[in-house]
Amino acid sequence: MKDETINFTEQEKALIRELQEDVASISAPFKSIGDKVGLSEEEVIAKIRDWKEKGIIRRFGAAIKHHKAGITANVMVVWKVPVEKAKEIGSIMASHPAVSHCYERPVFPQWPYNLFTMVHGKSTDECRKIADEISDKTGIKDFKLLFSTKEYKKSSMKYFID
Amino acid sequence: MDQKTDFMTETEKQLLNIIQSDFPLTSRPFKELATKLCISENEVIDLIEDLKKRKIIRRVGAIFDLQKLGYKSTLCAIKAPPQRLDEIAEIVNSYSGVTHNYGRENEFNLWFTLIAKNREELSRLLKEIKEKAGVDMILDLPAINLYKIRVDFKL
Repeated sequence: MKDETINFTEQEKALIRELQEDVASISAPFKSIGDKVGLSEEEVIAKIRDWKEKGIIRRFGAAIKHHKAGITANVMVVWKVPVEKAKEIGSIMASHPAVSHCYERPVFPQWPYNLFTMVHGKSTDECRKIADEISDKTGIKDFKLLFSTKEYKKSSMKYFID
Repeated sequence: MDQKTDFMTETEKQLLNIIQSDFPLTSRPFKELATKLCISENEVIDLIEDLKKRKIIRRVGAIFDLQKLGYKSTLCAIKAPPQRLDEIAEIVNSYSGVTHNYGRENEFNLWFTLIAKNREELSRLLKEIKEKAGVDMILDLPAINLYKIRVDFKL
């Protein structure tokens, strides 16, 4: 992926530290943030808009803990795909509604699977069925389902906290 | 089992559908939402606080693109001896750059995401984890391409 080096000022980093937390449910939340980092309300709003436009902020809003009724199972499915076909196959896999994430990663002698998909379903059986469906659709026969056995940690990264 | 959204009112669903990606970037965002939903500013604030208490809203704020912030991330996997899996998982957990850590059904039975300020730091952390965990190898699988990342849930 492209390497982008953007340098943030200390004030911008302070703003990032505020925005990655929970915005207060008060009448003028951006003024409150501005007061903390030494920016005006307008400057805070302008910065958020600018960063959204640049893709630095992927999304600004409510992060919802939600699952569609009954969709409680998920599995990481890894696929061995010829490198020259990875983009084409990756796009097909990504278009399946049960697939939430699809990444291409490098391979090693001990690990030949280069496409990674997160698949969601109502049960482990349904997840298996969906993986078979995707296999049929793409013609990729070499794949593995890595169901999770235990969640050891699930947290959000906090940036510019030293 | 019961779905949390079964107990949401229409107003709550409407509110959530708006604020997932279109949170108003204005001086008084909750007032603006109130106008859209035909309720008062205080009612919007109360609803959001209640949805947070019910753990339907995790937080309101920015989700940053870690790469655009200059950070680097990778997905790692360890082949842990089964009797040492929990112990090694705890060692991995102790790093703040590790955000997700799961046991999985495979020879490579521990999978975790690692984030750091640059590639050198990632390599340094992986070397340290390898030594502390007492394993021969850690698979380092940074994303080469991204074909999908889900953003919104329609309620």
